[in-house]
Amino acid sequence: MIMNNNIDWKKYLIVFLITVSLFLTASYVSNYFSNQKINQLKSIQDKIAIDILSSETQFSLLSELSCKNISDSVFSGELGELGSKLEWSQQNLGATEEVSYLQKYYSLLEIKDYLLAKKISARCGVKSAFILYFYTTAENCSECERQGIVLTTLRDKYPELRVYSFDYSIELSAVKAMLKIYKIKDTELPALVLDDELLTGFHPIDELEKKVQESFKLQETKPEVTPKKILNPQIAP
Amino acid sequence: MASISSVIFYILIFLSVYVQVFFFVTFLENRKKIVIRNGKIKLAKYPAVTIVVSCWNEEKTVYKTVRSLLNLNYPKNKLKIFLIDDGSTDNTWNILRKFEKYPNIKVFHKENGGKYTALNLGLENMKSDFFGGLDADSFADPESLIRIMSFFEKDPSIMAVAPSVTINDSKNIVQRAQKAEYHMGIYFRKMLGFLGAINVTPGPLTIFRKKVFDDLGSYRHGHNTEDMEIAYRMQKNSYKIEHCNDAYVYTNTPTTIRKLYKQRLRWIYGFVNNTIDYRSVLFKKKYGNFAFFTLPMGIISVISIPYLFGRMIYSLGDFLYSKITVLNTIGFHFTIKNFNFDTFFINMQSFAFLIVLIYFLIIFSIIFGRKMTEGKWGLSLDVIYFFPIFSIIAPFWFMKAVYNTILSKKPAWR
Repeated sequence: MIMNNNIDWKKYLIVFLITVSLFLTASYVSNYFSNQKINQLKSIQDKIAIDILSSETQFSLLSELSCKNISDSVFSGELGELGSKLEWSQQNLGATEEVSYLQKYYSLLEIKDYLLAKKISARCGVKSAFILYFYTTAENCSECERQGIVLTTLRDKYPELRVYSFDYSIELSAVKAMLKIYKIKDTELPALVLDDELLTGFHPIDELEKKVQESFKLQETKPEVTPKKILNPQIAP
Repeated sequence: MASISSVIFYILIFLSVYVQVFFFVTFLENRKKIVIRNGKIKLAKYPAVTIVVSCWNEEKTVYKTVRSLLNLNYPKNKLKIFLIDDGSTDNTWNILRKFEKYPNIKVFHKENGGKYTALNLGLENMKSDFFGGLDADSFADPESLIRIMSFFEKDPSIMAVAPSVTINDSKNIVQRAQKAEYHMGIYFRKMLGFLGAINVTPGPLTIFRKKVFDDLGSYRHGHNTEDMEIAYRMQKNSYKIEHCNDAYVYTNTPTTIRKLYKQRLRWIYGFVNNTIDYRSVLFKKKYGNFAFFTLPMGIISVISIPYLFGRMIYSLGDFLYSKITVLNTIGFHFTIKNFNFDTFFINMQSFAFLIVLIYFLIIFSIIFGRKMTEGKWGLSLDVIYFFPIFSIIAPFWFMKAVYNTILSKKPAWR
C-alpha cells in the first residue's frame, strides 16, 4: 500500500554533474567567443596601425611633391568602428586586462591619427575638423553619455569631422600629456577641444554643429595658400 | 550590488537548468514505459466507481460534461454519477434535474459552500470503492475511465490516478497559448508520476481509492485548491499517485487574459500556501522526490520567475532610458546610418547559452506532451503564442500570489 519512497541519490548527483558540465561548457564557449572578439579587436588595431604608418610614410613621400595625390584613403576609416566595439567589449566582456590594454593602444592610435590628419589637413587643405573629447568612466557621468551621443550624431552627419575620445582616467602618459597641454581637470568633464579651444561641460548639438561648420570654413580658406607651399619642395619643411 | 545580483542570477539559472535536466534524465530513463493505447481495452474486473460533478453556475457546460460521463466506456451499473449543485444562481439546477431519470445518476442540491464541500457531500453518499470528481467545465474521453481503472487493476499500491488534462477547444490566442502549456504540463506530470512526486490530482477526473478518504479524511478548503491539498496530504502519507497519460479529459480554459490571470493566481496562491502548510515535508528523506524535487522546484519557480522578469524589465527600462536620453539630447535627428549587422555585437555570455538550453528543453517537453495527447510529433504554432503570453503575464500572478500570501488575501475562484 505504501509507496516506495526511495530517493535515487545517484540521479540527483548525476543531474548535478550534468548541470555543472553544461555550465562549464557554456562558459568555455562564451570564453571562446570573447577571445575571438578580442582577437578581432586586435586585428582591427593592427590594421589601423598599418594604415597610420602607411599614411605617415605616404605623407612624407608626397609632402615633397603634391597634395593632389592625397586622397581620402589616407584616413583610417576603422577608428570609429573600433571605438564602438571597444566600448561594447568594456560593457559586456568586463574590464579585463586585455580590454584595458586594447583601450590604451586605441588611445595611442587616436593620438597618432589626430596628429597625422591634422598635418595633412593643414598642408593640403583637406576639409576637416577635429574634436578631442575627454570623458570619464570612473564615476557616473550622465553628461558624458549625452555628449557622446551628440558627437556620434555629428560624426555621422559630417564624415569630415574626426572625433577622438579619451578616457580621463586612462593610465597612459600620452593622454596625460594632452590633459596637461589643454589644462583639463576631472571636475570639468566632459571636456572638448575644438580648434585649440577648450569647452567644458555639456554642449548641445546645435552649438557644436555651428562650431564644427566654422572649423570647416577655416579649413576652406587655407587651400589657396597651402598648395603653393607644397608645390615648392624647397619651401616645404 | 551588481555582483550580488549576478550571483543570484546565476544561481537561479543553475537551478532552472538543473530542474529541466532532471526532467529530461527522468524521461530518458522511463521513455520505454510510456505507453499510448489506441482503441478499447478490457479489464478483468470492473469495480464500482462514483464520479461527482460539482457545479456552481455552470449552465453553459454542465450538460456536455454529464453527457461525456454517460458516454464513458464503462459498465453503466458500475458507474454512479452524482450531480451536485453547489447553490448555483443560474439555470444549472434545472439542467441537472433533467438527468434525474437516469438510474445511475443522483442529483443533489445544497447551499453554496465551495467546491470541496460539494465533493465531501459526494464522499458521504458514495458506496463504491473508487471515487472521482469531474469539474463541470470538463469533458471525459469515452476511454478515459477504463484506462485509469486499468492502473488500479495492475498495481494495488496505487491510491490515485490522474488523467491527462488537455484543452477542449482553443479558439483564440490566449487558449492556444494554454494548449502548448497544457501539453508541457502533461509531460511534466508524467515525469513526476515516474518520480512518485505528483503534487496535484486535478479536479477533472482524478480517480481515488476510497481508502484515501477513509484513512486521511475528506476534502479540505486547501486555499481554494482542494485538488492540490489532497495530493499533498497523500504524499505526506506516502500514498502513491500515478499519471495515466492516455486518459484524456478535455477542459474549457479561460478565454481572456484576465480570466487566465485569476485562475492562475488561485493555483499559484494554492501552491504557495499549501507548501507553507506542508513545509514540514520539505527535504525530509521519507517523503521522497516530492520533498526533494517537486516542492523545491515549485519554490524555485516562485522565486526565479519574478526575479528574472524583474531583471528583464530592468534591462528594458535601461534600454528605453538610453533611447530617451538620445532623443532628449539630439532630438529627432534622423541621420540615415548604414545599419550593418555585425556579429560582433551578439551577446555570447554564458548565461545566454544556458537560457537557450532551457528553452530547448521546454520546447522538447511541449513537443513530447503533444505527442502523448495528440499522437503527433512536431511543434504546433501554439508555442509561438505560449512564450510571449506566459513570459509577460505569468510573473504577475506569481508576484501577486506571493503578495497576497504576505497580506493573507485570498483570491476568488473567478
